[in-house]
Formats: sequence, structure tokens, C-alpha cells
Amino acid sequence: MIRSISKFLTASSTQRGIIAVIIFLAFWEVCSRSNAWFGIPIPWIGKIPAPTSVVAAWIPLLDDAGYWSSWYLSAKRVFSGFIFAMLVGIPFGLILAVNRTAYGIMFPTFEVLRPIPPLAWVPASIIFWPTAEMSIAFVTFLGAFYTIVINVLGGAQSIDQRFFQAAKSMGSSQWDIFKRIVLPGTVPSIAVGAAVGMGITWEVVVAAEMISGGGSQSGGSGGGLGFFIWNSYLGGSYQQIVVGMISIGIAGYISSAIIRTIGEYFTPWTRR
Amino acid sequence: MKTRGQISIKDVVKIYDPDGAAVMAVDHCSLEIAAGEICMIVGPSGCGKTTLLNAIAGFHSINGGSIYMDGEMLCGPGKPKATPGSDRIVVFQNGALFPWKNVLDNVTFGPVMQGKLSAAEAKEKALSMMADAGLSGTENNFPGELSSGVRRRVEIVRALMNDPAVLLLDEPYRALDSLTKSVMHEALLDIYYKNKVTIFFITHDLQEALFLGNKVAIMTSRPCKPKKVLTVDIPYPRSYSVVTDNRFRELMEETSEAVHEEAKKSFAAGEREG
Amino acid sequence: MGTSSNVAFAVKENKLLSVLLAPRLYLMLIGFILFLGFWHFAVDVWKLPRFSQMPGLISVLKEWTNPDPIYGLSIYTAEYYTHIVASCIRVFLAFALATALGVPLGLFMGWSIKVREYVFPVFEMLRPIPILAWVPLAIIMFTGLETPVIFLAFLASFFVTTLNTMLGVESIDESYFRAAQCLGANDRQVFTNVVVPGAMPFIFTGLQISIGVCWFSLVAAEMVSGQYGLGYVINNSYTNVRYPTIIIGMVTLGFVGYSTSAMVRMVGNRLMQWRMREIAMSNN
Repeated sequence: MIRSISKFLTASSTQRGIIAVIIFLAFWEVCSRSNAWFGIPIPWIGKIPAPTSVVAAWIPLLDDAGYWSSWYLSAKRVFSGFIFAMLVGIPFGLILAVNRTAYGIMFPTFEVLRPIPPLAWVPASIIFWPTAEMSIAFVTFLGAFYTIVINVLGGAQSIDQRFFQAAKSMGSSQWDIFKRIVLPGTVPSIAVGAAVGMGITWEVVVAAEMISGGGSQSGGSGGGLGFFIWNSYLGGSYQQIVVGMISIGIAGYISSAIIRTIGEYFTPWTRR
Repeated sequence: MKTRGQISIKDVVKIYDPDGAAVMAVDHCSLEIAAGEICMIVGPSGCGKTTLLNAIAGFHSINGGSIYMDGEMLCGPGKPKATPGSDRIVVFQNGALFPWKNVLDNVTFGPVMQGKLSAAEAKEKALSMMADAGLSGTENNFPGELSSGVRRRVEIVRALMNDPAVLLLDEPYRALDSLTKSVMHEALLDIYYKNKVTIFFITHDLQEALFLGNKVAIMTSRPCKPKKVLTVDIPYPRSYSVVTDNRFRELMEETSEAVHEEAKKSFAAGEREG
Repeated sequence: MGTSSNVAFAVKENKLLSVLLAPRLYLMLIGFILFLGFWHFAVDVWKLPRFSQMPGLISVLKEWTNPDPIYGLSIYTAEYYTHIVASCIRVFLAFALATALGVPLGLFMGWSIKVREYVFPVFEMLRPIPILAWVPLAIIMFTGLETPVIFLAFLASFFVTTLNTMLGVESIDESYFRAAQCLGANDRQVFTNVVVPGAMPFIFTGLQISIGVCWFSLVAAEMVSGQYGLGYVINNSYTNVRYPTIIIGMVTLGFVGYSTSAMVRMVGNRLMQWRMREIAMSNN
């Protein structure tokens, strides 16, 4: 274990990566402080709060319950929207894949609705659903739903025809074929769709939190990291904006990693 | 008669992942190939024959021994990896015609890239070589539109356009059915008679080896070295009827025992195809 | 036997006829009718309580085709097209910039291990941050109303394009590089003759996803801060209680978004004739 860690740290690829990150942070710091130190304001990048000030603002937040509850609220929305999208999307995708009549009826409508960005549904969603929470959940659901269905369809359609032929020649029933060929054959695509869908879900949740918590709609749902960022902006604490951004980045990365690991667990045959 | 393309493989050793799994692919292998000879390398799956080819071509380094071509060292002590070049051109197992270029652009790629011929000159030479190989009319097709057999021939012509000393063929006909294969064999020999390049041909098909080659080297299972090397004394030009001749049958008898023995060892060891 | 097989043959040969007689067309229409029908019935006929505030299908259609619309936007008003054009110009600028920067960066990251080792870690650190989380920062950084919006759409598009391009280069079979080396190509020639064309299929798939993401981000940005554009229309119509216009905005968005994706796909198909023919061959 120690040997592989030290191998990782001394590898040239890791070292280059670390150097690049350090240069990036240093560049950022200098540009942000340039006006204060040298009297030379740097456009655009110069207006971003410096990394050191961001860290300074972050430390007190680690003790703040409100900060962690933002994490909790966003994560809750992401996972509930995501799970709901999986629960509806996977069966829906599978039905479209195996039944040609269902595909013929439902897929064109699905395809016509898909180009409408999930966020464009926010006002309609707010009008329709009784609570703000449910309207966010609906929009979140939509985001991941499209991706999952497309991936499930693609996965089912790419299953080699010969597997079906082999199964039929061995006397399998329709249900058997579904259970033993279509389902396992689609799992890798479901895994990919889930990973991508998770990323989209975070985008939508953050956006919805900002739009319904900030924007022009008030009296909205409380909290969440998106709301935290918007609120920090309105309150003028710019360092907290960056703290919020990085927090979401970390949260999103962890969620994707969890999904990917689960996906790999269910597809042992793709491991080399 | 060509005098280029003499290859000396001396005591070559190749170990994959020397600090880790240390898998020896080639074990002190020595082989002499005369200029203008067709040398067939026969062996079971995964025995290391492709590694040898890659070493000659310059895609893999070697851990010991040396390889010389026409008296000059390709790789050896102090230079573990040969430099790939158009004097030794590889024809790949699954074909490597650029799918995004049409046949003519593929075939003229070598000379044009190296600046040896102008586009017009290259086109002229390409068309004539393609005509010789029976490929006229395919210039504007893309490889994706052609059958595997045709694609292989195009790839060989692409190689020959560069006037190489050696052609390195890595089981090029493996994926073809036996009917197409026999046609391909005669086509290859046709090309050989006209160009007399040295041919280093890897195969697992003993009949293919004996039909095409004048030197046949039967390799052991991994790690590979020559188990048995013989000369096929059937004169060129050979037609396919040769396969039923007595002399051919004798050679098959001599060699099939050796090949089968190594194949069984390889199978027992669970080797994967290269 | 003779006449029916003749008819079948004639139907196949006549494309229009074969489309009209195929069940596919009717299933599709059934799907649309079910969807629109449900919407209409839920709002206007059965008057389901949940749908009480929703604009009905008829009112939306009436408004959309009204030469003098109640809420100011229909296919007859100039303002409608102003908004469409505003959004389209922004998407065009953002997408063009993202492609111009992302494709070369992706190509270099895929081709040179050194470049990848330096750039990829920083890239992967920034990528997980949702685009909308950049809104306040974008407003702080850039003055004016247009630039932040275009910046956000650009950013989303940029990440997707670069990543897909890089994956495209990595997907190229090793044999093609080796063949090029054997045939005497130098590095620059390998780049132009193998790397770029080889990565094209992935690049274009990436571009299709990229333009979708571009619209996604643009709409979001417009909803939060903007003065023209379809996202603004949707948001504004909500706050000013002009509900049918919301639907008009959504449908227009879907239609325009789809058209731009289709355009990208068509350009890709033109540039990759070789692939089209290959696919045609394998389908036969």
C-alpha cells in the first residue's frame, strides 16, 4: 500500500499535475492581488477573490451549521431527483427498447420534448406543483430522466443480435430473454447514463436553487448550495461565492465517484 | 535478384514488465533470413511471434541480443528500440488502411509524405502497381466500402510503393475464409515475383506457411524460439496444385507433429491470442 | 401471388408511399395526439384541480397565431423574432468560441502525454463546478449584460468539447499511428493525417452534446440575468403572469435547439463521408 502511494507521488505524471495546479493557484493569487500590491488592476481575473482570502473565509464556515445544512439540502435534492429518474427512466427505456409499438408511440413525443432545457420547465413546474420543493424535484428529475432513457435505449439496441439468436435456439421464453440478455446487456449503458445523469442533476439543482431562491421569485424554498452562492452574492461576501462553488464541485465529484463505483460493482465483466 | 533485406536475429530476449510480472515473451531467439527470402514464422497463439515482428519494426524494445539488417544494427546493446522506417513496413493483422482516406490517398501516402515523389508521380506509380495487383477501379473507394481481401491487397501495395527492403506481415489473412485465402496467397506470390522483397510472415496456419515460404521456422510456445527451421525446396513459381504434391505432403508430415506439440502446450497454458 | 408481390414491390420503390403506409407514422401521430389531448382535456375539459393554473392547449395556440396577441408575443410580432435571434446569436458566439478553443486543446491533450499531464488535473478540478454556480462570479468579472451570459454558455460548451476531443484522440487505434510511422510520416504529418481525422467521429458526437449543453446554460443564464432571449421570455412571462407565453417560449426553444443540433450533425456527416459510406455498407 505504502509502496503504491509512493509510486504515485513520485510518478512524473503526478508531479506535473501538482506543478500545474500550483502555477494555476499562484497565477490566480497574483492577478487578484495585483491591484492592491502593484496598483495594476487585471481585468476579469483580477476581480475574483484571491485563493488565500477564499480559504480564510472558508475556515469559519466549517463550524457554521447553516453551511453544512446547505450541503445536506442540495445533496438530498440531487439524490432524490436522481433516484426517481432512475426508477422511472430505466423501466421506461426498457419498454421502449423491447416493444416496438410502445417505441413508435412514445419515442417521437419524447424526442420532441427533449431539446427543451429542463430549466425552461421551471416556471411551468412552479405553476403546476403545489410546493416549491416539488417543482424543483420535477425539474431535477427531467434532467436526469432524458439522459438515462437515451442511454438505456442505446445500450439495449446495441446488444449483439447473436445473443438473442443463441438464447432462442436454446429454447428461452420472452421473459427469460428479457431477464438474462436484455437486462444484463443494458447494465453497462445504464451505468454510463447514471454517471452522466448525476452530473446533469447537480447542474439542474444548483440552477433551480438559484433561480427559485434568488432571481425574481422569492418566498421560495430554503437553502441549498445554489442558494448559498446566490445569497453570498447579494450579501456582497464574494469570498463565500467561491467557497460555495468549490463546495459544489467537490460534492458533485464525490457523487459521480459513488455512482461510478456502484456501476463498476454491477458490471464485473467490464473489468480487465 | 534483390540483395537488400537480409535480417539477422541474434539471441534476442524480450521481457514484458521487467520490474513487475516479468513475462518472458522471447527467449534467446536466433534466426537468419536471407535477402529476398520468404520466411514464414509458425507458432501457436500468444507465443511471442508478434513481439519479434514488433522488435524488427521498431514498435517494441528488446532486453537482450541484437537484430541486424543488411549489416547495420537495427536494435541491440545501447539501442534497445529500432527506429521505424519505410525500409521495413508492417501489414497489420486487422488492417491499418486509413479509413478516412480513399484508396489512392492511402496508397500514395508513403512517398508523398516523405517527399520522395510528387503527387502526380505518386498517382501514376500507384495506378500501375494497383493494376498489377488487380485493384484497378478502386482508387476512389474508401476502405470501409471494400471487402477484407481487397483491403489487404491495397495495404500490401501501399507498403510496396515505398520500395521496402522487408515486408512484415502479421497474420494478415487470419480473418479471411479459406477460399479467399487461397486467392490471396496466389496474389501475394504474384507480387513477390515482381518485387522480390524479403517477406517476414507470421501465421498459425501450417499449410499457408508451406505453400508461401521458402524458409519455415516453427516456434515454441511462449517464450518463443525456433524449434525447427526448414527449407521448402519446391521451386517458384508455385500454383495451388502444389498442395496435393507428394513433396508438399512429406513436408506437412515432417512439420505438423512439431506444430501440434507446441499448440497443445499453448492451449494448456491458456494463452490468449495476440 | 403475382399481383400482391408486385404491389409490395411498387410500394417499396415509391418512397412517399412507403412512408405513408408504414405503421411508424401512425404510431408517432397517436403519441402526439395522446400527449396534446391529455393536456387539453386536463386543463380545459375535465378541469383537473392541479392543472387549474396551467394555460390550455387552445389558448396557447390561439395566442401564438394571433396577429394581435394579448401578451405581446406571437409569430406575427417582431419582438418574438428579436428574442429568438438574440438567443441564437449568443449560442452561436459561445459555441464557436468553445469549439475554436476546445478542439485544439483537446487534440493536444490527447496526442501529447506531457500536455495532458499538465493540463488535465486543473481541467478536471474546474469541470465539476456546475455552470450556473459561475453566475455570480461571471457577473462580477464581466461588465455589461451580454458578456456574462455568453461566458457561461461558452464555459459549458468548452468543457464538453475539450473532453470529447481528447477522448476521440485516445480512441484511435494504435495501428494507425504505427502504420504512419512505418510509412515515414513525421510528427506534424501524423497529427494532420491520423490524429485529426481519426478523432473526428468523437469530436462531432461531442459537438452535438456541446450545443445542447450550450443551450441549457444559455437559457439558465438568461433566466437569471438578461434582457432579451428565450430564457428571459420564459422567466419574464412567469413573473408577469402571461402563462400562455411561457409555453410559446418553451416550444420555440425546443424547436430551435433541435434545429441547431441537426445542423451540427449534418455538417459532421458531410465532413465524414467515409464514415457514412462505411455505415451504409454494414447495414446492407
